[in-house]
Amino acid sequence: MITARDPAVVEIVLLSLRVSGVALFFSAMIGIPLGALLGLTRFIGRRLVVALLYTGMGFPPVVVGLFVYMMLSRSGPLGRLAWSWIPSLFTPGAMVVAQCIISFPLVAGFTMAAVMGVDPQLRQQVLALGATPWQAALTLLIEARLGVLVSIIAGFGSIISEVGAVMMVGGNIEHSTRVLTTAIVLETNKGQFSLAIALGVILLGMAFLANVLVLRLQGRALDE
Amino acid sequence: MSEPIIALRSVTKEYNGQCVLNVAEMDVLPGEVFGLVGPSGVGKSTLLRLINFLEPPTAGTIRFMGSTFSAQDSVPLALRRRVTTVFQRPMLLNRTVAANVGFGLWLRGEKQSQTVINEALNQVGLARLAARQARTLSGGELQRVALARAMVLRPDVLLLDEPTANLDPYNVGLIEDIAHSINRLYGTTLVMVTHNIFQARRLAHRVGFMLNSDLVEVAEATSFFESPRDPRTAAFVRGEMVY
Ligand SMILES: Nc1ncnc2c1ncn2[C@@H]1O[C@H](COP(=O)(O)OP(=O)(O)O)[C@@H](O)[C@H]1O
Ligand SMILES: [Mg+2]
Repeated sequence: MITARDPAVVEIVLLSLRVSGVALFFSAMIGIPLGALLGLTRFIGRRLVVALLYTGMGFPPVVVGLFVYMMLSRSGPLGRLAWSWIPSLFTPGAMVVAQCIISFPLVAGFTMAAVMGVDPQLRQQVLALGATPWQAALTLLIEARLGVLVSIIAGFGSIISEVGAVMMVGGNIEHSTRVLTTAIVLETNKGQFSLAIALGVILLGMAFLANVLVLRLQGRALDE
Repeated sequence: MSEPIIALRSVTKEYNGQCVLNVAEMDVLPGEVFGLVGPSGVGKSTLLRLINFLEPPTAGTIRFMGSTFSAQDSVPLALRRRVTTVFQRPMLLNRTVAANVGFGLWLRGEKQSQTVINEALNQVGLARLAARQARTLSGGELQRVALARAMVLRPDVLLLDEPTANLDPYNVGLIEDIAHSINRLYGTTLVMVTHNIFQARRLAHRVGFMLNSDLVEVAEATSFFESPRDPRTAAFVRGEMVY
């Protein structure tokens, strides 16, 4: 049995965490303000954006992978620009882009639900105490903090266990873009079940932890 | 007589084309306790929201501390911060009691001084609850914390929207005492909405009666209760108002 001390396993786990962590950071940067905007304000086209968001929450990751692949490939609209900050295909950067697109609608959707769960009367009372609209928005976001945290963990759960998109845009290259999910696919195909199982257990553990955390936070939110 | 601190002229408010407030003229004098009575649904809370600049009027002007605002004008933040409201159903933030009392100071970029916060909590008799989570408070305590968080801001005008509705007599008494001392101690102008005419009688210097979106009558408290001019006011004061 291959253990977690195996350097190859450690490398794969660390890369998975790094890619998904960075993707999560960017999807929180996009998703939390977007969710707050949709939850706290009314503007023309809001319903359309919400409908798109819900679609995004249930979007098949392989289609995201296909989209990112076409965008970033050397003949694609972004790839051909060859700008240094646009990641190339088959790099961790490309996987970050795909995972970010997969997870930000989840973060935004859950954040929106969380801030909409705050009593609208509270916003009025906060304004009556002299808040600017920005201060009021920030206050409501802080008030919905547990829900926002849940949104981030849900986003993490959606990308750490995702395989289709990272396989397409990352390419499962050893020492470079091989993450937990793609390594499991490869090892299984090779018949190396023991390594596949070890990786699977680690992945399962991470997804389980994320879900336990969500449940605990939601439990606390309900208690409060 | 001193210049009114709040002066409404031909103020109306409509929601979806429906007129819920129509006040030809209303003056509130600096330092007074202005009681506003009337049945439910006549526009009292709406009037307070306009005076707190939470919503603009549909038409008319509101003069506040020397500046006049009509529907389209935006009210400078500094001026908006001279007035605040204690609502019938106070909503506190999911933080400690002390953090709630300091919240308005934080909004203003001021130091959330423990001394100031404790002093305010003392005045509402809740200093011992400073470290408690706000969500664990009872109704009466909640309302007193709401008074404390307004009080630390030393507003020129404090609006009270039925602050004692649904409270037990003990807490009603406490809150009336606190309101009274805010007015006496700091000279804060109070506009107090209540449908309890006895409360208005106990606290207000002048009283206004609202009915069907209209300010029917404003008078000195004594004459309001003892010799109301308008027959509708008289019926309300005698407790005969049918609504
Ligand atoms: N935001 C709103 N949208 C639509 N109608 C409202 C709104 N706020 C208040 N109203 C209506 O305005 C009228 C006056 O309400 P309100 O000012 O709350 O009365 P009061 O405080 O005297 O009981 C009521 O008929 C109420 O339904
Ligand atoms: Mg009301």
